Amino acid sequence: MRKILIATTAAMLAAGVSLVGASAAEKLKVGFIYIGPIGDLGWTYQHDLGRLAVVKEFGDKVETTYLENVSEGPDSERSIEQLARAGNKLIFTTSFGYMDPTLKVAKKYPNVHFEHATGYKRDKNVSTYSGRFYEGRYIQGIIAAKMSKAGVLGYVASFPIPEVISGINATMLGAQTINPNIKVKIIWANTWFDPGKEADAAKALLDQGADIIMQHTDSPAPMQIASERGKLAFGQDSEMIKFGPKSQLTSIIDNWGPYYIERVRAELEGTWKSEDFWGGLKTKMVVMAPYTNMPDDVKKLAMETEAAITEGKLHAFKCPVFAQDGKEVECKGGTHLDDGQILGMNFYVKGVDDKIPGK
Amino acid sequence: MGLLEAISLAVLAASTPLLIAATGELVAERAGVLNLGVEGMMIVGAACGFGGAWLTGSTMIGALCGIAAGTLLSLIFAMMTLGLAVNQVATGLALTILGVGLSGLIGARFVGERIATAPHLHIPGLTDIPLVGRILFGEDAFVYFSLALVVGVWWFLYRTRAGLVLRAVGDNHASAHALGHPVLRIRLFAVMFGGACAGLAGAYLPLAYTPFFIPGMTAGRGWIALALVVFASWRPVRLVIGAYLFGAVTILQLHAQGWGVGIPSQFMSALPYLATIIVLVLISRARTGGSTTPAALGTVFVPDR
Amino acid sequence: MHLVLERRTEQSRTIALVSPLIAIGLTLVTMSILVAILGTNPISALGVYFIDPLTDGYSLQEIAVKATPLVMIAIGLSLCYLANAWNIGAEGQFLIGAVAGSWLAVKTHGTDAGPWVLPAMLLLGAAGGALYSLIPAICKVRFAASEILTSLMLVYVADLVLDYLVRGPWRDPAGFNFPTTAAFDPVATVPVLIEAGRLHLGAVIALVVVAAGMVLLGKTIKGFEIRVVGAAPRAARFGGFNSNQLVLLTFAISGALAGLAGIIEVAGPVGNLRPGISPGYGFTAIIVAFLGRLNPVGILIAGLFLALTFIGGEQAQIAMKIPLDVTKVFQGILLFYVLACDSLILYRFRLIFASPKVSRGAA
Repeated sequence: MRKILIATTAAMLAAGVSLVGASAAEKLKVGFIYIGPIGDLGWTYQHDLGRLAVVKEFGDKVETTYLENVSEGPDSERSIEQLARAGNKLIFTTSFGYMDPTLKVAKKYPNVHFEHATGYKRDKNVSTYSGRFYEGRYIQGIIAAKMSKAGVLGYVASFPIPEVISGINATMLGAQTINPNIKVKIIWANTWFDPGKEADAAKALLDQGADIIMQHTDSPAPMQIASERGKLAFGQDSEMIKFGPKSQLTSIIDNWGPYYIERVRAELEGTWKSEDFWGGLKTKMVVMAPYTNMPDDVKKLAMETEAAITEGKLHAFKCPVFAQDGKEVECKGGTHLDDGQILGMNFYVKGVDDKIPGK
Repeated sequence: MGLLEAISLAVLAASTPLLIAATGELVAERAGVLNLGVEGMMIVGAACGFGGAWLTGSTMIGALCGIAAGTLLSLIFAMMTLGLAVNQVATGLALTILGVGLSGLIGARFVGERIATAPHLHIPGLTDIPLVGRILFGEDAFVYFSLALVVGVWWFLYRTRAGLVLRAVGDNHASAHALGHPVLRIRLFAVMFGGACAGLAGAYLPLAYTPFFIPGMTAGRGWIALALVVFASWRPVRLVIGAYLFGAVTILQLHAQGWGVGIPSQFMSALPYLATIIVLVLISRARTGGSTTPAALGTVFVPDR
Repeated sequence: MHLVLERRTEQSRTIALVSPLIAIGLTLVTMSILVAILGTNPISALGVYFIDPLTDGYSLQEIAVKATPLVMIAIGLSLCYLANAWNIGAEGQFLIGAVAGSWLAVKTHGTDAGPWVLPAMLLLGAAGGALYSLIPAICKVRFAASEILTSLMLVYVADLVLDYLVRGPWRDPAGFNFPTTAAFDPVATVPVLIEAGRLHLGAVIALVVVAAGMVLLGKTIKGFEIRVVGAAPRAARFGGFNSNQLVLLTFAISGALAGLAGIIEVAGPVGNLRPGISPGYGFTAIIVAFLGRLNPVGILIAGLFLALTFIGGEQAQIAMKIPLDVTKVFQGILLFYVLACDSLILYRFRLIFASPKVSRGAA
């Protein structure tokens, strides 16, 4: 009896679902997989802003769905496949750890297009995209060196992956153009996201003599600690001026919206192709928050540097680049390090007084 | 401000939520109730605490909201484990799942907002004493409240009749019942106290530590509080030592990196847990008759009639 | 008015069968109200949660995949709990099992090692989990240290051990410093049962474990001892059962099963060792063990049912845009109801319309 009941209910529901499906057939379904909660104020929050930009741009033509808090372990492959099965034709997987699961699901769904953020493996229906955050870091290095009285920068880092290492290096290269003897103190919080621990790390850096806080973790905690102590700081991922109105010099904003809109448009027009997109200041995937809390000359210098990078006149890793041991790094990109060297960066530049953990 | 003083202040701040939550759990466990839902009660306390403070602009009201939220959740736990004699371990774990979900729902509308941090004390003259002034008289009220709380709990447990009864209930509920003590009612109060403390400890994070709410911001501190109770072998004074030791290891590990000491950070992070196990083995072994582990811990009690 | 529990002299079979239905009914009502408050049609929401996943092969497979580690771990834990040994550190044993088995996968990576690799990995995983679980067990029998707490502490240690290995010595040299080992070779991978599906050999192993659990508890003397030691410790002492030995044994079995689940998960659905391989399986399995009333078949059903709520919750997020947090709240509520209703099996509830003081006086 119960079985029959379930079966009938199921059939009724299935009919209902397919009716809904028919009326929404023209809509392009776009799916997103998030590593954190959409309210993390950092990485996931910015990706969700990108999703909302898509909704705003295309309105009724698209239907977006997201799954939040998807762990990078055994659940991620299922979550991605669920989105594919639910009829999403374009799926953005927004964390590095989704790389292999994305590729596995992509093999099974050749007609669905996938976009994997920050990865390096592609396929016919899998694109990768990421931001050239190091460009922003270079500008921050220049500002930091100008604004630091102690000549010591404090860096709250997450994990020693190339993106973070290249960020530290770009910061130093920028800073060294102003003050060749600038020092950086790095603390690895070993987390992307633990406000309490990030705050503790920022406190430790300030207590050890750093007077500017930079962060490559996701919460506004380090900014807020700097603000409490009356020190200067740079935001990360998102606009954090609210958490340090008198502290934020600028912030590197992950601006996914334009890219998401462009890819959805390509999908709508049938021109989507697998590619590797690495966008920086020029394509506005990386945006600098307004330059605040600094004198006009520093602001001017920062804006000039930003313009030079945007126009391609300046590269953060312009040759010669010297490694920590003083040896010159091979210059594969002609006038600057090539993308492969930056994407796989696993050395510190000269002047960083630290050791990469686990190396 | 000297480095030593600065580190001490950071340790104080990092240890306070652990100390508050652990004190509450200590009382519950002393009464024989193991509530593994501390993390869940803390995170709901954080969401409600932030909400209260954000809506009213008052840290005090925020703290009270956190306490109320923690207490309410603990009442669910009490209803299950005391009222219906359900297994405490399973109920505590379920409470954590519920708490994580609830905090996300409650906190969703506060995301991105910020409030003013809890004010720090300033007593002219005293706070300005070099070296110790800031530590003894210059932190936020939570820090001093947490210490007062521990002293209060110590006094209650060892110097009052009610405390004696509570410990008796935790050690042998059957004989306590036979002596005419209301076992379940005493346990109910102990569980509620634990919930209130967990809620307050959770609220401390957005009110005083990092003045914004983010889902999951307790980041496992509730589980550490559970560990601390054991580390302290259910004694309030040792709890203070344990909480500050734990805070100190956390903070010093960060400083060690800044100084360039090359110990894997995972090893430093594992130390407190290993230390807890060793302490537990030592105290369990050293004791002969007078055990400190509440003998009835984690067992259900149903009065016979 | 006040509620009183009375121990039943005999466990009621009818109630044992009816209680989960009452619990599910109560959950559905509560959840409908909750969902309606959030502005979604409760009937269709319930359909998406509970019925849709049961109507297509894909979702059924996924339910089995999700339930596999939960059931395996919970079977081991149920033996512990029956014997009154409180292992709540299965999460740690799961991780150490994964680490122990992965060691071989990392060492043989890129060599032409034969098909012996996977079986050896599974053995290593089980052995690693068992040894790790013996730490709290030995601390308990030798030093009388509370196993609840030591086993919980060891979860964090295991987590950090894994973290250290994948960020340091075992990190994939070609992996751009990301904290994972290299992808396991085919000989070090758990085979899937259905082409292009995710259902893997682990599901079969889990069923074998359930059957073994039934045999152990129902047909062997050891199983009898386990149940007697837990239910009537004093009688067990008179019967000459060695309860310390049983603590060690049940801990070792549950550690081995958790470790086995860990290495299967890593060598199966995940494919390499990395942080975050367990979304709390070890803790969820504790709930599964209790939901299944510490009975192997019950655990199998409970594991599948909990897996259903995970899959259903995900589909509700996709189809109805119901936030994940609602699913968590709902899981919590469901667990409370099930646990509460199961209390009916052991106790009779009676409402007494008198002041509690009087009734205590009567006791």
